[in-house]
Amino acid sequence: MQTRTAKPLAEATVGVGGGTVPGVTPGPSGQPATAATFAARDRVLRARRVRRGWIALALVVPAAAFYGTFVLWPMVQTFQLSFWHWNGVGEATWAGFDNFVTVFTSSTIVGSLLNALVLIVYFSFLPVLLGLVAAAVIRKMATSRLALVARTVMFLPQIIPLVAAGLMWQWMLSRDGMVNEFLRLIGLGRLAQPWLGQSSTALGGVGVVGAWVALGLCMLLLLAGMTKIDPALYEAARLDGAGAIREFFSITLPSLKGELAVCFTVTIIAALSAFDIVWATTRGGPAFSTMVPGVEIFHLGFFSRRVGEAAALGVVFMILVLAIVLPIQRLLRERD
Amino acid sequence: MSRIRQSAKLTGAAGAGVVAALALAACSPSGAGTADNAPAPEAGADVTWACGSEPVTLEAYLETDFPLAEILFEEFTNQHPNVTFNVRTDEFSVLTQNAPRVLVDSPPDIMRLPMVSEFAADGLLFNFDEAADYFGWNDWPGMSQLRVDSEGRRGEGSIFAMGLNMQMTGVFYNRALAEQIGMTEAPATLAELDEVMQRAKDAGITPITQWNGGAEAGTVFPLQGLMASYGSAADINAWIFQQPGATIDTPEFREALAHLNRWIEAGFFAEDINALGYGDSLGRFNDEQALFTFNGNWEAGNFDADRPGEVGFFAVPPVEEGGAIGAMAAPLTFGTSARAENAGCAAYFFNWLATDEVARTINIETGGSMPMGPADAFMPELDETTTTAATLSAAAEVAEHDGAMDFVANATGAIFARGWTPPMQRLVEGGISVDDVLAEVQAVYLDEIGG
Repeated sequence: MQTRTAKPLAEATVGVGGGTVPGVTPGPSGQPATAATFAARDRVLRARRVRRGWIALALVVPAAAFYGTFVLWPMVQTFQLSFWHWNGVGEATWAGFDNFVTVFTSSTIVGSLLNALVLIVYFSFLPVLLGLVAAAVIRKMATSRLALVARTVMFLPQIIPLVAAGLMWQWMLSRDGMVNEFLRLIGLGRLAQPWLGQSSTALGGVGVVGAWVALGLCMLLLLAGMTKIDPALYEAARLDGAGAIREFFSITLPSLKGELAVCFTVTIIAALSAFDIVWATTRGGPAFSTMVPGVEIFHLGFFSRRVGEAAALGVVFMILVLAIVLPIQRLLRERD
Repeated sequence: MSRIRQSAKLTGAAGAGVVAALALAACSPSGAGTADNAPAPEAGADVTWACGSEPVTLEAYLETDFPLAEILFEEFTNQHPNVTFNVRTDEFSVLTQNAPRVLVDSPPDIMRLPMVSEFAADGLLFNFDEAADYFGWNDWPGMSQLRVDSEGRRGEGSIFAMGLNMQMTGVFYNRALAEQIGMTEAPATLAELDEVMQRAKDAGITPITQWNGGAEAGTVFPLQGLMASYGSAADINAWIFQQPGATIDTPEFREALAHLNRWIEAGFFAEDINALGYGDSLGRFNDEQALFTFNGNWEAGNFDADRPGEVGFFAVPPVEEGGAIGAMAAPLTFGTSARAENAGCAAYFFNWLATDEVARTINIETGGSMPMGPADAFMPELDETTTTAATLSAAAEVAEHDGAMDFVANATGAIFARGWTPPMQRLVEGGISVDDVLAEVQAVYLDEIGG
């Protein structure tokens, strides 16, 4: 199998070079080659390239078909629908840019976009920060059993479905839930409140759930990154008199640029596209205080039956995600 | 130079891309108003209003956790062995979002309808006018709520749905807690109700448990009862049925909301109602954590089964003794797709529900609800101490005052989640004035109906 694939590759290298040289040059056998032999060889090589192209294409087609059908085509349709007024069943009428105007002028929709930005703090910055600290601490514990336990416990939320996590936290943050009971236990009963039932605290409550879920992933990624760092660097730093904090900022953090890029990208996308956690805990309430674009699109599409507006919000939202995530990718990767 | 050329090329490509994208966008979206979605041809011409003797399978699409429908199906098959039911169920919210597509793509013969007017206007529902003439449905109480005119307004026009039964809301109370605070009979006026609640509060009992979290403000239940006491049920129906010029923002309805706000400010509701869902609130009532809950007769059967004799029921009282009262009393809407294969048999089934003695008994004893049907139709004997008996007697009282009204959440598809719920949640938090709540609801309503 290996020899069969290796041979055409080797020939291809020769073929490409040979085919592009103009005029009379020595042929493969060392005899002067004529234009006719070149033409014949070109034909053979082209046929081979075409055949190989077809095989490659055949291998790509199933995945491409799925990607096209379930990702690209819905995106095209969403874009198309965003220019129409449509209730999902009846006649669609041309809307021009009306739906986009609504997206930028409706206080509820703009509010949902702002809430998504606030959630980035909880879903992304907080887990990355805590993940860094946790990973650094766990790394110090090296291979002790405590490190294993800590790693497992912190990663556990990742394997819980988001809806289940949302429901669990809904109970914990309720009037008689674990959080309030704990506050009462330590004498801070006056701080006990229905966290998800007040506009002032609900978004923070939802954010905490997101942070709890994302922390494990960030911790594990950063820990994996830390184990790749050459110990000689730390040794050298220590010889130069660096302390633990200096080591962290001068060696650990710069070495984790790739992992941080992944952490930020994944968690920011999770924050912006949050749906499950919000749906399971507050459904966007009370009074739209936890409304996020994902839930708003659902509301517009399925309650209000304004498919065009929902699609327009989807388009704007996708551009917003790209506008936030792409610069982060570039910033954290370009110096690698 | 080459950079300029490259950037010109890029600009050109981007421009061409935008033009192509806009050209594509200008094409009518697939699935929108194509022949596939065009209203079905006017049905009814060749339909016979019976199930015949050949085997028939009725396709049914229901909400989950609603066993009453399936018990009725079972009884219908007992009486008509050639008819079987193929039942598919979904959560109500899922059913709501799927409904338009299901009505077109896999047309059910019997389906729980989350809304009627918009589907009727889109030509998705079977028109029951001929069946109504054949069976005599036009004289039955409550039928106006199932009519939709050519403008998509409810109240008048053709019949596009039928009720599985009549649902009605009011106040359930815990008999033991009521006795504890000296409430021996149902309050006769709102002032008496206020006084009872104050007594409960003073005795350390939460007067009302109600859900008001997420996208469902259950405080609309007491509000609508108060609105019928202060204003008129007919005005509320006009608003729900989208009659021209109808408004919810009237001085009477503001008074009703101000009354509800006094309950909120007096601490008659639990402090965390904005975090409570329907199930949480019902759970607290069943755990005897509150004296009252405003809910519907669909729970009466469950109370009779799980807590026999423990729960009473009364309609929201009038402002002054003998004054106007009202209650949300609406048919539990079921309908048939305009493309359904067995619309005639479905109509026969709907008629059977309302007229067959066994079916009526099941609806009352198991469902705790009043069946549809003629005013003088058969009624089974009921034990007076049951919750169901209390709901039926309250229903009769409301009917006497002509106080039946539809639920304000049924005015448009999104009015509950986006119109009522946010300002009612803010009212509970003290973040909005009474006057602004109804103005806000009216603004969302006008936006929804394009007024």
